[in-house]
Amino acid sequence: MPFVALARKITRLKTDIRVGLFLSIREIRRANIWTTLLIMVVMTLTFLNLTVVGGILVGLIEGGVRGDRDRYTGDVIVSTLIKKDYVEQSQEIISFIQSLPEVSDFSPRYLSSGTLQTGYKTRSDPSEKLDQAGGVLVGIDPIVEARVTHLDQFIIKGEYLEPDDYDQILVGQNLLFKYTPIDSPGFQNLKDVDAGSKVRLVIGTSTREVTIKGVVNAKAGNIDQQIYMTSRQLRALIGRTDYNIDEIAIIAAPGVDPKTIQLLMANQGFTDLASIQTSDEALPKFLRDIKAVFALLGNIIGGIGLVVASITIFIVIFVNAITRRRYIGIMKGIGVNRFAIEVSYIIQSMFYAVFGMLLGSIILFGVLQPYFDAHPLKFPFSDGILVATVLGTGLRALVLFVATMIAGYIPARIVAKQNTLDAILGR
Amino acid sequence: MKPIIKTTDVVKRYKSGSGDIYALRGISLEIIEGQFVSITGRSGSGKSTLLYQLGLLDHPTSGTIEITGSNVEMLSDAERTTFRLHKLGYIFQDYAILPSLTAIENVMLPLLMAGMTDAQARKKAAEALDRVDLEDRMHNLPSQLSGGQQQRVAIARAIAHDPSIIFADEPTANLDSDTSKVVLDAFIELNREGQTIIMVTHEDEYAKLADRVIELSDGRMVGDTVIS
Repeated sequence: MPFVALARKITRLKTDIRVGLFLSIREIRRANIWTTLLIMVVMTLTFLNLTVVGGILVGLIEGGVRGDRDRYTGDVIVSTLIKKDYVEQSQEIISFIQSLPEVSDFSPRYLSSGTLQTGYKTRSDPSEKLDQAGGVLVGIDPIVEARVTHLDQFIIKGEYLEPDDYDQILVGQNLLFKYTPIDSPGFQNLKDVDAGSKVRLVIGTSTREVTIKGVVNAKAGNIDQQIYMTSRQLRALIGRTDYNIDEIAIIAAPGVDPKTIQLLMANQGFTDLASIQTSDEALPKFLRDIKAVFALLGNIIGGIGLVVASITIFIVIFVNAITRRRYIGIMKGIGVNRFAIEVSYIIQSMFYAVFGMLLGSIILFGVLQPYFDAHPLKFPFSDGILVATVLGTGLRALVLFVATMIAGYIPARIVAKQNTLDAILGR
Repeated sequence: MKPIIKTTDVVKRYKSGSGDIYALRGISLEIIEGQFVSITGRSGSGKSTLLYQLGLLDHPTSGTIEITGSNVEMLSDAERTTFRLHKLGYIFQDYAILPSLTAIENVMLPLLMAGMTDAQARKKAAEALDRVDLEDRMHNLPSQLSGGQQQRVAIARAIAHDPSIIFADEPTANLDSDTSKVVLDAFIELNREGQTIIMVTHEDEYAKLADRVIELSDGRMVGDTVIS
């Protein structure tokens, strides 16, 4: 008996859905075209509000995060342990990295702190304070670095380094007042200096006069606050005769998870010699915090948009149902189930939601995302992009879909459950 | 002859600020299967209220109603809806056909609800529209039909699922005399085929077209005339 009752219920449910579909298709097809278009535009804009606002907020930071990975750390960064001066047994580590098919390329670097000074030739009083700016001095193989991080593409003035360059440096734009015009006692930069200028480089107790060959603007990590020179010269300046390096940026082969490389290196015991981090792990904490806050802001704004859309759909369906209250009463009078009537309104809401999401997705993935990829938002510390993953967008679409269904169902239920005779007589 | 409707002491009372208002005061009657019954009376006499009780659109305050042998007072709202779907047909005063559906779709709606396939419902709806001479208007929307044509769509919708009883509430109220005649002729024709019809009207001339005229006044049955 319970099986018979269940089968009967299922049959009735199927009939209700079929009748609901029958009613809703005709309702949509014969509705006022302008009203329908208006609702669809509202749904499209809501969907875009839900995805684009959050996507851009996250994208401002994501642009920096990706920049940091693509232009400096690579997929995996091997760096000096806090209590060490350099990566010990560097050559053994490099040989291992070289042997890994999971690695596409890598760039070993030497690091030291350095200070640039200017005005030392023209000052009349030796006690006069020199114009100076400090930064991390990075020793690179220019060809390898260009291959791994494309540093050569971020020279905004002058030229990139050649392997044989000596007493030639690249300077991050934040160290030059001309490019970062901040005049504050707490922020040091060099005034009246540009590509081609001669400056004094101080490393510990040794000094050299070097020429600024190029100015770097990469908008990622600390690159724009660093000084680059050939590793050959820096090694000599800091007296690193054992060829132990300070960091290695590793690019994973296509399709390889950076964690695989990290694990392979850890299995060799290299974690005792160096810090081995994926680019995400190496991300500065402030960037991670900003990213989380911006994602939260995006979700809040999107959430408000979702509520507005739900209220819009609620009002549209409620007005529609209330103006058709008498017809709803008549339908019930001639034997149409209340649930079939409710289903017809739910389907109408679903139609608006699906259309809005489809049009919104076309605009999002077909227009906005390619546009922001080609024309990133110029942000001081990153090039902002529009982050919209298929999974994230799908999740938001699902939320909008469910919210719209509920917003369509509630008013339909309110009106459909009214007394049949009262509805027919308009009481 | 078995009664298709039997009421016993049906009372309908409305609460009002100034006291209770009795719309029906103990109506007891039997309607035989195949009868064409007119319910008449002045405005406020309770004739429409009685129709709503008999047609399961409202609940009486007290008394019992049996339709086709079932005590319908025991039915839940959902069961009443199903009962109306299978056993009863309605024709309302102002046509009451759905504006977003064509004539045939209006007629198909209760048939689909009854579980027919689309093709079955379409065939049956077309036959019903044919019976009221609207076969050439079946794909028109209500806005493209005259008042009389709309009322005939309502009749087709009421008869399409072969109900036991058809209820008509002032079906000619919004029609001119020529169109009213067409609608009433359709009722007479249906009744000749054995259909039970209960019609509320305030026009004596139309009431007399039925087999039996029940007259109400102030919620009481004051006349019950069988017309030979």
